[in-house]
Amino acid sequence: MGNETQPSYLEYQGRHKGLAGWLLSTDHKRIGLLYLYSIVVFFFVAAFLGLLMRIELIAPGKTIMEPQTYNGLFTIHGIIMIFVIVIPGLAAVFGNFFLPILIGARDVAFPKLNLFSWYLYITGAVLGVMSQFMGSGPPDTGWTFYVPYSVESATSVIWALTAAFILGFSSILTGLNFIVTIHRMRAPGMKWFRMPLFPWALYATAWIQVLATPIVGITLLMVIAERVLNIGFFDPALGGDPVLFQHLFWIYSHPAVYIMILPAMGVVTEIFPTFSQKPVFGYGAIVVSSLAIAFVGYFVWGHHMFTSGMSYYARWFFSFLTFIVAVPSAIKVFNWISTMYGGSIDLKPPLLYAISFIFLFMIGGFTGLVLGSLATNVQTHDTAFVVAHFHYIIFGGMGFAFFAGMHYWYPKMFGKMYNNRVANIAWGFNFVGFNLLYFPHFIIGIQGMPRRSYDYLPQFHTGHFLSTIGAFILIAGLLLMLYNFIRAGRRGEKAPANPWHGVTLEWKIPSPPPHENFDEIPEITSRPYFFGSKEKTNQ
Amino acid sequence: MFTGASNLAEGVDKAFLFIFIIAFIFIIGISAFMIWTVIHYSRKKGREAKQFSGSMKMEVLWTVIPTILVMLMFWIGWKGFAPMRKVPADAMVVTAIGRMWEWEFVYSDSLRSKELVLPINKPVKLDLVAEDVNHSLFIPAFRVKEDVIPGYDNWLWFTPNYIGDYEILCTEYCGLLHSAMVSKTRIVEQEEFDRWYEELKVASFMPEHEGLKLLRSTGCLACHSLDGSKLVGPSFAGLYGSQREVVSGGSAKSVTADEAYITRSIYDPNGEIVEGYARNLMQSYSELLTEEQVGIITEYLRELVEGDGQKEADL
Repeated sequence: MGNETQPSYLEYQGRHKGLAGWLLSTDHKRIGLLYLYSIVVFFFVAAFLGLLMRIELIAPGKTIMEPQTYNGLFTIHGIIMIFVIVIPGLAAVFGNFFLPILIGARDVAFPKLNLFSWYLYITGAVLGVMSQFMGSGPPDTGWTFYVPYSVESATSVIWALTAAFILGFSSILTGLNFIVTIHRMRAPGMKWFRMPLFPWALYATAWIQVLATPIVGITLLMVIAERVLNIGFFDPALGGDPVLFQHLFWIYSHPAVYIMILPAMGVVTEIFPTFSQKPVFGYGAIVVSSLAIAFVGYFVWGHHMFTSGMSYYARWFFSFLTFIVAVPSAIKVFNWISTMYGGSIDLKPPLLYAISFIFLFMIGGFTGLVLGSLATNVQTHDTAFVVAHFHYIIFGGMGFAFFAGMHYWYPKMFGKMYNNRVANIAWGFNFVGFNLLYFPHFIIGIQGMPRRSYDYLPQFHTGHFLSTIGAFILIAGLLLMLYNFIRAGRRGEKAPANPWHGVTLEWKIPSPPPHENFDEIPEITSRPYFFGSKEKTNQ
Repeated sequence: MFTGASNLAEGVDKAFLFIFIIAFIFIIGISAFMIWTVIHYSRKKGREAKQFSGSMKMEVLWTVIPTILVMLMFWIGWKGFAPMRKVPADAMVVTAIGRMWEWEFVYSDSLRSKELVLPINKPVKLDLVAEDVNHSLFIPAFRVKEDVIPGYDNWLWFTPNYIGDYEILCTEYCGLLHSAMVSKTRIVEQEEFDRWYEELKVASFMPEHEGLKLLRSTGCLACHSLDGSKLVGPSFAGLYGSQREVVSGGSAKSVTADEAYITRSIYDPNGEIVEGYARNLMQSYSELLTEEQVGIITEYLRELVEGDGQKEADL
């Protein structure tokens, strides 16, 4: 499939040139990069805020800031990380860039809507940051906006709520776009079960985005109405029900966890076959487990509220379903490791990150079972244990999968190779720093350390101290990784079309891809991940 | 096997142990398998990749085994939890009040205490009352926690097993001093408890100034001390009649803390901020305190300075 006629998407000159050529481009690849650059910027902002929190917590008592500052920091750290980075994250960056290519299409179904989603996204993100400087002080409610505190707090809570509301719309529109794209734009011959698994993961994710996000949108509006008009949906002082807010919030925000993790699972599912030169093990099982996670994930939100005074049977039921939803994740892990088994394994940085993803995701998953079990939940609910658990899932899972994806697709996206040695060293810093940062939280959490705490009792000092050391190591690793990518972009060797000998469609077009991806839409005749024993694909 | 500080600890700790053992086996096993695979099937050894792509037998196996294991985990977690919702009929009832940012415990006869003193080996039920926003009462040593939510009749119970002091923490974020919302439960012998309870009774019969009662019940004392120590807001000690350096509308000025000043500070707290303190931490109490009540509070603050109120504050 030679492709000499079109310029690459990076060089393509359309109606608009220069910066406008990016800001007004409806090319899914350019939009993917717009998301990538915005996410990287916001990620380092929020990571820096996290580092400040860690410095404050290195010793008991006041270290560098007042409690109000700390409460504002963990709120905006959470809002940026959750709503601006991990929820759009993989789907917006790699989904936009690779979904059309992987299914043999020239773009998504609604390119203009796609660009509009990015503008909504950036508006919401900027509003979130502005909440820090506008009105009456940084919001201090936590990213969960629990009522009544979020109604009573004197800070700029409305700014943050509006930001989250707008970001939600961006998410819904992206989901809608992907669903239609997958239904209508697959290349001839690409039946559902000939689709690669990353698009499958995006498909399951997109349904959650479309069906669950409106609930949180309405809920956030209700809080705004409560603050502005004193309506009394949630505030008991106005005749409302504070636990109703928690239900509505988690009906979205639990499935949102799967919005984050499903695309991450999709990314590593692409990586294992390529670096093992072997078909993915259990294609059907991985598809079914993705859909099962998306479906059962709707019915487990109550486990965020086990201590809220729910009825005995509600707790029983939500705990039971929480354990059920663990099974499809376990199935995926077994299929991934079986994909490597018997392969020809090349331990390049993408695979290194994908393997670390499994390790960290397992720790996150098993500690999730500790939280799902009713007896142990009582001890660990709302403690540092929860903080450790969700950082293992979101950062160790989604974050490391994002790094895996970056290292995997970087040559394709930018047409340049990065330095493997530097990438491996940065991985070492990230892996060690990550574990040192978050693992102590499990221990102090079981001992009783509450989350969202500016100060702590002396028995938690060692854990907090180690954790802060880990934060510095992790930041060093992240900066080194960023440096490696930036250097590769400027001075990296030119990447071949297929540096990893992958067999999915993105590796059959030049690096970087041409403006419209394919000269001729390919005809699909078999399942993906067919490596064949002798014939290596075009190199 | 486990005898924890409360009757509920054993069930919780058994569930911890069971889940952790299974987690440990799987995490170590799968990690070791991955490392072995990477080394054994390394491309550098020049092996051809085998092109198999699935096995129904394996899929069934690793669906059924995890399902059984998680069901066992669910079951053991539920067994540990079930007793927490079955409170004995003879349990002693204490009301635990959560307010920004302190705990208060109300015993029968409306006797109030800042720390939770309990007799050993006697079941106790805590009725949880929130006066402002959500809190969550957590006693790590006893393995008990339940949210304290306005308008909800939440409760928890336990039987303490050992003499000793144990921390009470708040685990639901509740604003500025959430992390300082710490109290203590003291488990003592029955005789000592009875003695303590009598003392509490005697102390509470001493007449308390209405103004002090208002300061307590409105939650003022969480941020403003009576003994001169610096909390979130300035202390009430020596306040009345003193000269205050305040910032108003961006400019500093000096005012006398008279009745008018105190009324302004309660109804429009952000109009004048005492130097060195932050704006917007306190909300107007115009809907919570009538002018008559503010008058009583002012009266108390005046007595506090003139020495009459000092004795009561010490209690």
